Amino acid sequence: MQADPPIRVTGLNHWFGSGEARKQAIFDVSLEVDRGSLTILMGPSGSGKTTVLTLMGRLRDVQDGSVCLLGEELNGAGATAQVALRRRLGFIFQAHNLHDSLTARQNVLMGLEVHGRGDKDGYQRAADHVLGLVGLGERLDYLPGNLSGGQKQRVAVARALVGNPEIVFADEPTAALDKASGRTVVEMLKALGRERGTTTVMVTHDSRILDLADAIITLEEGQITRREESS
Amino acid sequence: MTRLLQRLLGRLPVGWLQLTHSRGRLAAAIAGVAFANVLVLVQLGLAGALNGTIVRGYALFDADIMISAGDGNTMTDGSNVPRALLWRALADPEVADGVALYVGTVTWSRESGDTALQTFGIDPVATAFVRPVLAPILPTLAVADRAAIDRTTRRLEPEVVQDLSEAAPLRFETEGRALSVTSAFTGGVGFTADGYLLLSDQTFLALFARRSSGAPNHILLRTVPGADPAVVAARLKARLGPDLRVRTMAAAIAADQRYQGTQRPTGIIFNFGVIIGVLVGLVIVYQVLSTDVADHLREYATFKALGYPSGYFIGVILEEALILASLGFVPGFLIASGLYLALHAATALPLEMTLATAVAVLLGTMVACALAGILATRRLAAADPAELF
Ligand SMILES: Nc1ncnc2c1ncn2[C@@H]1O[C@H](COP(=O)(O)OP(=O)(O)OP(=O)(O)O)[C@@H](O)[C@H]1O
Ligand SMILES: [Mg+2]
Repeated sequence: MQADPPIRVTGLNHWFGSGEARKQAIFDVSLEVDRGSLTILMGPSGSGKTTVLTLMGRLRDVQDGSVCLLGEELNGAGATAQVALRRRLGFIFQAHNLHDSLTARQNVLMGLEVHGRGDKDGYQRAADHVLGLVGLGERLDYLPGNLSGGQKQRVAVARALVGNPEIVFADEPTAALDKASGRTVVEMLKALGRERGTTTVMVTHDSRILDLADAIITLEEGQITRREESS
Repeated sequence: MTRLLQRLLGRLPVGWLQLTHSRGRLAAAIAGVAFANVLVLVQLGLAGALNGTIVRGYALFDADIMISAGDGNTMTDGSNVPRALLWRALADPEVADGVALYVGTVTWSRESGDTALQTFGIDPVATAFVRPVLAPILPTLAVADRAAIDRTTRRLEPEVVQDLSEAAPLRFETEGRALSVTSAFTGGVGFTADGYLLLSDQTFLALFARRSSGAPNHILLRTVPGADPAVVAARLKARLGPDLRVRTMAAAIAADQRYQGTQRPTGIIFNFGVIIGVLVGLVIVYQVLSTDVADHLREYATFKALGYPSGYFIGVILEEALILASLGFVPGFLIASGLYLALHAATALPLEMTLATAVAVLLGTMVACALAGILATRRLAAADPAELF
């Protein structure tokens, strides 16, 4: 079991649309991701990065091929399994997608409460702790409207990580940020991932952060054209 | 509040936080719910007043059983009944006594306008058949053209009836006869008449020339002690004829209220008003909640990606619905209570805010808001986490 990679994709194909408009976006993609690693998906716009990420993250139904996530085959899995599995994953979106009505701390708590009615104080401590780790210990009770873009994305990172997910999927988490804060966010992701053994798969256009990756996979027109491992 | 809700729900009160975040929308929603509550409460108050005034007419009398014509839907409606029924009823061993009751309307023309008095004619010796406070008054009406008036009659100045006596009666002419009002009692105004007038049966028949002593409107009966009026009424009905209404007083009142509440325009309008109020509330809350869902689709999609099941979002929307119901009810209740007082002052109708009505309306508001919330959740399906990237 331990030897199984957290993500194994084999012969993945995906189509969008139906009838005449039906168009293949992903062609025979196969890949494996090592436990605890930071894998970056690169490629030009429209090459299928987001599609592959959403298929792996169980946000989209697998049509053809196999995606094996944390030992579970996603092709043909039911909706209940889907919700249960999602709780073992963390997501960071391009836009931070924080809830405007909730404070930084409450947004992070949302990442914990999904695991059930746990110990409230414990949840609060965990949320405050993770916000401290991303450097927002002073801004726990701020609403997103009063935080900068970089700070909001760090709250989103905290929300994704607070539940100790086994895998974190991030789609261009730095796109809306300036160079310094973008790099800070990725460094935090990587540091927290290493500390907790979290596997991270990140889509990015940002070549300035490639040096942080353990593996880089390049997609072009729905196919993998390059794989690099850093050692 | 946030803390309280958090404890209550066992989770972050996302609905509450969402509602309070956009104050303008919250205020509009509360105003809408309050408005709907005012509509419903006022209509219910009027319907309750209608029921209350119906009881008042019957409450002037004290009988166990009332015999009315088959079409006698109310005290004033319907055909007459043959007085001979009274003798036949008295033949029943469990009927102790009986009296004929004549009902009509007298118009009292005053300088300030016409006053419609619902008028009862009854044998002045039948003191056992009227409410105790009327018992001493009734025998004094045996003198021709004497009358007793309801002191709560609409637009009747208290000083006019304050010191009525045989020496100083209130006189007025109607139907070509001069009536001398020598005493007053507390009756109660209604929707169809302004007050009550009590006469002896002879004065009544003299006043209403076309009415005959052989055809009263109702016959009132008292049963012997220990008899069950319902059983006696059923037996009499079987004996006197199936076309008649032979009912206990309580059954007659209930049937009258049912009839006036559902068959008469006033009652129908009140019911309709309640329905309109509920619809207004439903539409407003639905609007607010479905806009709120639409505005938060991105957040909900994100929460779905975090692993929240759809039941969670339904819970959030219901939380919002119940908060709106409770927050809207308070001002609605206060405004309606004020309107009750104002309406009572203006019309003297017995509008009363009862605990039962208030609780029923609060619960109804919650159910209606929850319903609107459930309708609003249909939009949730549009929250697709795959579209977030
Ligand atoms: N929901 C959709 N419906 C139809 N076609 C889609 C949909 N999503 C993506 N596609 C198509 O699939 C292909 C891959 O899209 P995808 O979003 O995965 O690319 P990407 O590599 O993430 O691009 P970008 O860098 O611009 O985000 C594109 O040709 C796109 O037009
Ligand atoms: Mg993309």
